[in-house]
Order: sequence, then C-alpha cells, then structure tokens
Amino acid sequence: MRFGVVVFPGSNCDRDCVHALRTVLGQDVAELWHGDDSIRGVDCVVLPGGFAYGDYLRAGAIAATAPVMEAVGRFARAGGAVIGICNGFQILLEAGLLPGAMIRNASLQFRCRDVWMRVESTQTPFTAGLRVGQVLQMPIAHGEGNYYAPPSVFDALEQHGQIVFRYCDPTGAVTADANPNGAARGIAGIRSAQGNVVGVMPHPERASEAILGSTDGRLLFQSAIDSLAGLRGVTVGA
Amino acid sequence: MARKIGTVTEARPSPELVGLTRPEYDEIVRRLGRGPNPLELQLFGVMWSEHCGYKHSRQTLALLPAEGPRLVEGPGENAGVIDIGDGWAVAFKMESHNHPSAVDPYNGAATGVGGIIRDVLSMGARPIALLDSLRFGPLSDPRARAQAGGVVGGIAGYGNCVGVPTVGGELHTDSGYRGNPLVNVACLGIVRRDRLARARAAGAGNPVVYAGARTGRDGIGGAAFASEELDERSQREDRAAVQLGDPFAGKLLIEATLEALATGRVVAIQDMGAAGLTCATSEMAARGGLGMTIDLDAVPLREASMRPDEILRSESQERMLLVVRRGYEQEVRAIFHRWGLEAAVIGTVVAEPELRIRWRGKTVAALPPYALAESPAYRPAACEPIGLTERWAFDSPAQPRTDVADALQQLLRSADVASKRAVFRQYDHSVQVRTVVAPGAADAAVLRILESPPKGLALAVDGNGRYCAVDPYRGARLVVAEAAAGLACVGAEPLGVTDCLNFGNPEDPEVFWTFRQAVLGIADACRALRIPVVGGNVSFYNESPDGPVPPTPVVAMVGLIDDVERTCTTAFKEAGSVVALLGGGHPTLAGSLFIRELHGEARGRPEDVDFDTHGRVLTVVRDGVARGWLLSAHDCSDGGIAVALAECVMAGDLGADVTLPEAGRPDAALFGEAPSRIVVSLTEQNLPELIHLAAAHDVPMCILGRTCGDRLLITVAGQRVIDTPIHELAEAHDALTEVFS
Repeated sequence: MRFGVVVFPGSNCDRDCVHALRTVLGQDVAELWHGDDSIRGVDCVVLPGGFAYGDYLRAGAIAATAPVMEAVGRFARAGGAVIGICNGFQILLEAGLLPGAMIRNASLQFRCRDVWMRVESTQTPFTAGLRVGQVLQMPIAHGEGNYYAPPSVFDALEQHGQIVFRYCDPTGAVTADANPNGAARGIAGIRSAQGNVVGVMPHPERASEAILGSTDGRLLFQSAIDSLAGLRGVTVGA
Repeated sequence: MARKIGTVTEARPSPELVGLTRPEYDEIVRRLGRGPNPLELQLFGVMWSEHCGYKHSRQTLALLPAEGPRLVEGPGENAGVIDIGDGWAVAFKMESHNHPSAVDPYNGAATGVGGIIRDVLSMGARPIALLDSLRFGPLSDPRARAQAGGVVGGIAGYGNCVGVPTVGGELHTDSGYRGNPLVNVACLGIVRRDRLARARAAGAGNPVVYAGARTGRDGIGGAAFASEELDERSQREDRAAVQLGDPFAGKLLIEATLEALATGRVVAIQDMGAAGLTCATSEMAARGGLGMTIDLDAVPLREASMRPDEILRSESQERMLLVVRRGYEQEVRAIFHRWGLEAAVIGTVVAEPELRIRWRGKTVAALPPYALAESPAYRPAACEPIGLTERWAFDSPAQPRTDVADALQQLLRSADVASKRAVFRQYDHSVQVRTVVAPGAADAAVLRILESPPKGLALAVDGNGRYCAVDPYRGARLVVAEAAAGLACVGAEPLGVTDCLNFGNPEDPEVFWTFRQAVLGIADACRALRIPVVGGNVSFYNESPDGPVPPTPVVAMVGLIDDVERTCTTAFKEAGSVVALLGGGHPTLAGSLFIRELHGEARGRPEDVDFDTHGRVLTVVRDGVARGWLLSAHDCSDGGIAVALAECVMAGDLGADVTLPEAGRPDAALFGEAPSRIVVSLTEQNLPELIHLAAAHDVPMCILGRTCGDRLLITVAGQRVIDTPIHELAEAHDALTEVFS
C-alpha cells in the first residue's frame, strides 16, 4: 500500500500527513511534486492542507490547474482513492472533482480549534471501517471552510448519501453551536458519487496520536489502508 | 586626501537628514579618512540607527549573562542557540515591530512575524513555534480595538499561511500604550547541531547569492523610522516605511533555504531585514574580517528604476543573502528557482576588507564593512525618575473591599486576565503536529520534540509594565521569575531566555535609568536561575505625544521536559482531589492589578522575589509534575490567588471549596500578589508524597481544600467571601470575545 502526498509550494500540512502515514501507521509514502504530471503509481492520493500557491485568490483556485492535478484527476476518474484535507478539500472543489464551493467562515476569521464530526456515510474507503453516527474529534484550522452549493447540489448530495461528515457536538447532535464556520447543513466532508474521492475540512493527521489529544483521525487512514487492501468490502469506482 | 567615489560627490551632505549627529559624522570621516558621499552617508544613516546599531543599549546589554554549558550561540548571531541533547539544538529570538504596527497594524505585525522567522531560519533551524507579546491602550477605545484587531489579524495572516504554529503569548492593556502599542514576536526553531548555519562570510572568491523575493520600494528607511518617536504625522507619512509581507514567499523561503543549507554548499547566510542589503553585506563581511564587491545591477528588482540608495536600504521582505562555496552557485540557485524564488549571484567575497558597491558600471560606495557594522556606542546619562520612590509607599485602601465577589469578576473581565481564547483561536496552533499543550491551557506552551522523543519543549512569554513602571529592577526580576514559574508548572527545566526591551527615548536620562535597572533585574534573575540570555532586541523611542510607554521588558523563556507525556495544565481534573498552595510569600496589594483595576492607581512597590525560595518552590512543582503526582499546576500572578483559583476552576469546568491561609482582610488575601506561589491539585493518594517532597526542599505547603461541584467557594478568616457559579466566572472571563469578533 503506497500513499502519495502532494506537495504544493505552499502546502504546510504535507509533512504532518507524511508523519501520520509513514511514522505512525508505517505506510510507504511518496511525496508528489506539484509540477510533475504523474502520481507515480501510488494507491491513494492525499492532498494536504496549507495555502497551495498562497491562496491570495480563491483558496485552491490556482492549485486546481497545477500539472499534478491532471494526473490526480485521471486517477480519481478511474476510481482511485483520493482524500483532500482542508486546503486539499478546497482544491478538489476547484478542480471539479467534488461539487460545491468554500466561502469564508461566517465569523470572517480564521478558526483553529477542536471540533466533533459525525460520520454520515461509510461508502468511501476512508470511512468504510467506521459506522454511521460515529463521532470523531479532531482540529480544524481554516479561514475558508464554509461549504456552500446550489440547492440542486445539496439535494443530490443528500439523496446519494454523499455527505460524509457533519459538525456535531460531543454527543453527535448536529447543532448550529457545533458548527465552527457556518457550513451549510453542517457539512464537514463530502464524497464523490462513486465514493472514491473525499474532501474533509478537519485535520485527521493532527489527531492521529494520543499525545495530540485524539486518535480519531487515524481511523480514516486505517480505514483506507484496510479498504484498499481489500479487507473490507467497499466497492471503489463502481 | 579624499577619494572621489563615482559621480555623486557633492557639497558636504547633512548628517541630520539621515538621522545622525554632527559628532557621528565626524566619526565617519575619521574612520574613512575622508568625507562620505551622499549614498555612503545614507548607508551610515540606517546602519547607525538605534534599531540596527544598538548605540544606546550595547554597553548595558553586556551586563546580561551569556554563558552556560548548553549555550551554542549567544548574542551576535541572528538568533541564540541552545543544545537540547541527542545532536539537536534550538534557535530562538524575540523582536519588536512596534512602530510599523502603530502605523499599519496588520502589515506591521505580519512582517514582524516574517522577520523573526527568518532570523531563526538564518541559523539553519526549521521554525516550529511562534509566541507573541502584545500591549495596547484600553480596548474600550475604538482606536486601540482597531489596532488590536489588526495586529492579531496580521500575526494570524502570516503565521497561519507560513505553517508555523503560534503556540502562546500574552496581551495586556494600559493607557500608557495608547499612542504606541507594542508588538513583540518570538520564534523558536530546531536544528541539527552539525547543520547549524552562521552569518560569517568566508573564502575570498566565493560568490554572494541573493535569494528570495524581489527588492521593491517598501520599507525604505524602516530601521531609521523605528528609531524615532511616533507623532501625529507618523500615521499619515510613515506608511512607506512599513514593509509589506508575503507569507507565501516566506513559506517558500523556509523550504528552499533549508534545502540549500542541507547541500553543505552554503558558507554563510543572513536574512535581509532591517537595513536590508546594506546590513546583510556589511555585517557578514565584518564578522569574517573580509570584504565584498556587490553589483546592484544583478539584484532582482520589482522596478527597474530604483536608485542605489533605494536598493541598498529597501526592507522588502522574504529575502536572504548567502555566501556559497565557489563552483556551487548554480546548484544552490536551482534550489531556489525550483521553489519559485529569485536567486542571483550579486557579488563576490574579497580578501581586502572593503564593501564595494557597483551600479551601472561604476563604484558608487566603498567602505570598510566594520565601519558600517560597528556603530559608535554611547553611555547615556541616567537618572532616577523624580518621584519614583514616593510611588513605592503604599497603604492599603482604608476600607477593605467587601464586595469581593464582584471585584473578582471585574478582574476576570480586565484585558490582563480575561481569556485570550478569542485571540488564540485565530492562530493555527496545531500545525506541525508538535503542540501538546495548546495556548492558554497552561502557564507555558508545550511542544513535543519529534526529532528526539520523548522530550518536549516548553515556552513562556511574560512582561509586566505595571510592576516595571513602579520599580523597573524588581519588576524585571519578577517577570523572569514568572516565566520560570510558568515552565515549572508544565514540568520544564529552563534552558535560556531571549528578551525584548521596550522603552521610550534613551536620550532621556530617566528613561535610560529605567532601562538600565530593568536590564540589571533580568541579569540578576537569569544569573540566579543559571540560564543565559541568548540574545534579543531593544526597542527605544516608544513614545507618543502622551509620553513614553511604561517600561516593558518582555522575556521569552525556553525549557526542556524529559518526558513530554509527563506534563501538566491549569485545569482542575478530578472531583474530590486536593487543592494545595506551594510556596508561601507575603501577598500584597501594592502594585497589584486589583489596585489598578478597582482603585484606578498604579501605586505601591510589588513584593520582590527571593530566588533561593523561588528555585526551591519550582523544583518541587517540576518534580511533582515529572513524577505524575500533580493533576494541575498554575502560578498565582495578576489578580492573586483568587484569580488563579478561578482560572483552574473555569479551565476544568470543575468547582472547588477552599480556605485561604491568610487571616487578614479578604481583599488582600484574595487579590494580593507575590511571586513563588503555585496552586496545584492532586489525588489524596499522592498527597503524602508531595508533602514529603515539599518538606525535603523546605517549601511551605498549605492544603486549601477540595475540588467539587460547579461553584468556586473561597473562605477567608472563617467567612465565605466568594460563592460564585463557574458559568458566571466564565461569562466575565470571556470579555475579549466581543472585542475580537
């Protein structure tokens, strides 16, 4: 099982993702340079957080046109497992690999704090090992995490079970108070129709060791490892 | 006989126009053996500014201890370096960006962050943590609010993007900072000892490489601007002296620089900060006893029309100057290019100690590097401020405060004590997966050392303008003592200190006396703790039409934890645990926050710290944490033990029922301040062990009560004087949320 972590020049969670996957989970990890047009045969692509090209324009807008994203797009359309975390999620939206858009947090400020999110869909490699309703704790750190989409997209997302995570309180209740950025319908993460592409605003790599306050983030990576190794029966790219 | 340099010899230029005095001009002539041309005089103007030259502070700073078994680099390099074992070291430094932040809060603060990151990066260290220390006028004033919001936004805007977590800091307000806020930022980086970089040019014939962003017309004369008093005019006219930051370029520079240093081809490196190219070239050459020939036509510019003085004095951000081993310049340039940055060979190291600047085929300046880099040092007149000792006298207000529960809430609401959550949540404090104790959760931030587990680093930043205004010597000692107490509360042993000394105009004898007393206080305190001051920054001329700012020495202290799993936070953890006070002391209302907030006066001399006692108290706390006996530990500082207890209760959302040992008046017992007092909680089971440990170190220990319920209950002299639900305390404590929303 080989993960590829994409390194944009302004990625700043790339090293954290490599740490979680390589050091904590013992996986083989390749660092994929933004200017290359290949993902070098990896089994799973991680788009990490950060400010890919500074994000002075809309977050992720320039990154979506990077050479490496062509390769990621081909891989995704062929059913390959891709997860975009924070800025990575924004890039997936801008690249059209996931529907909708991010606007600025309702507070108009950056927010860094622990949140809870409820698993809504297990039809992805990253959640196949979890159960619907499971509550995960991990940090957010973003200024543009306020998910938005036209009503028709929301309907489709709901209808096809493409909402993967919603912000909730520690008991799992989805409330306005538990929503840190104003995201519509409490959305913290979504998936593609096929389920192989996932975007999530909170940072699983920052919640993969007990010393950091939570190990819930590790569950997403472990799920991907198990699913892709065929241990759990998720149909990828069906 | 005067040499003619280039075409720019004119009538004798005026030193005053570049911020120098007539005697300084005469000194330049003496050093050069001729008069400087106008361009050269401009270079002296920035290099001999207070900000770059430390003219008025250098002799006093020499009083600070700069030795110790772990010290690798002390003052003089871009940042101090301390050995942390296993082949690793930490580089750290603190700097002020007060004047730029006064004029342009967002950009001033943002570039302060960028600048201090590059200082640490210049040592070859990967920046892993930022802390900030902020002072504003009262936040009821819309202008102070706007400044505070802009400064916090600027720190967030730069730090979050560049991917260095802001893990701690402090924020205080006082009317004395109304016209001149203080923005001090500290950065810490980690470096393999054998990869340590330095800023000493070596090897005649080696190329000088410019790397990073292009040079523009921003920040020109910023160093000189930082060395003047602010007035009404500054707000309008000095904006061009403020640099503009580009955190994305800052991030690229971190990665590219570390990659370039890893090749082993870089001989020396320094960032181009204050006084830009002039400072970097002259200082690097002077340290190596060599010279440089620099070709300004090779410098990457934003605007081709820039004049030599603009290119040389620009303080455009995100730029580094490197001396590279000859023959490897292409390899190093390619690294910067790959990261999308400029990299150009702009000159050569030469054996003759002369900095020769060429522009459009001509030599436009030729100076001995040391002449520029070593400004004259002054010993300014010092005299004790008139009326200072009268302010030491203190009689407690005749009527003891009876509504102490209201007083407690008023203190919790004050900006000094109020929760900084609304600030910290704007900072990314968890990136780099090192942050074990988040900002605000304990008296110091704790990071794990991924490179050398299971060790951890603790960081605390403290300052107290209220104490220092009354007694700068004692105030400075108390500041150092509080930082050390903060480290002990998370189980850390102090390693070293960097300081930022914020004062008014040093040519005012009263200001200078105050400065010197504060330095002496820090020096004595650090000697007593046996830790070095590895470097820092002096910021003078913090004056507005209202007068100088309160004397504000700020220290950032770094400590080491052997096992980062064994650390501690402020919050009470378990119902039914024992609450105890370690260390006795004589809490007094003199100089206290209580007196200022409730009686509107800054009066009375604070209780001094006895470092023998302090050291023993901290040893007991540190050992208690390291052995896992303590569930919580929190230093009593602003607002005394009542505020400390309220903070423990709020952080843990767990009440307590305690009785204070003091028999006197309740307001003094609750809100009196004294050093070396730590509130701890622990299980009944570990109590005998802690009692034994405290006795072994001759440290007074007093059992105050138990954690329980959802209220804070405090009894003094047989009377229950505080009985407040936690949610009411928390509501008062949350006062800053509204300010920073």
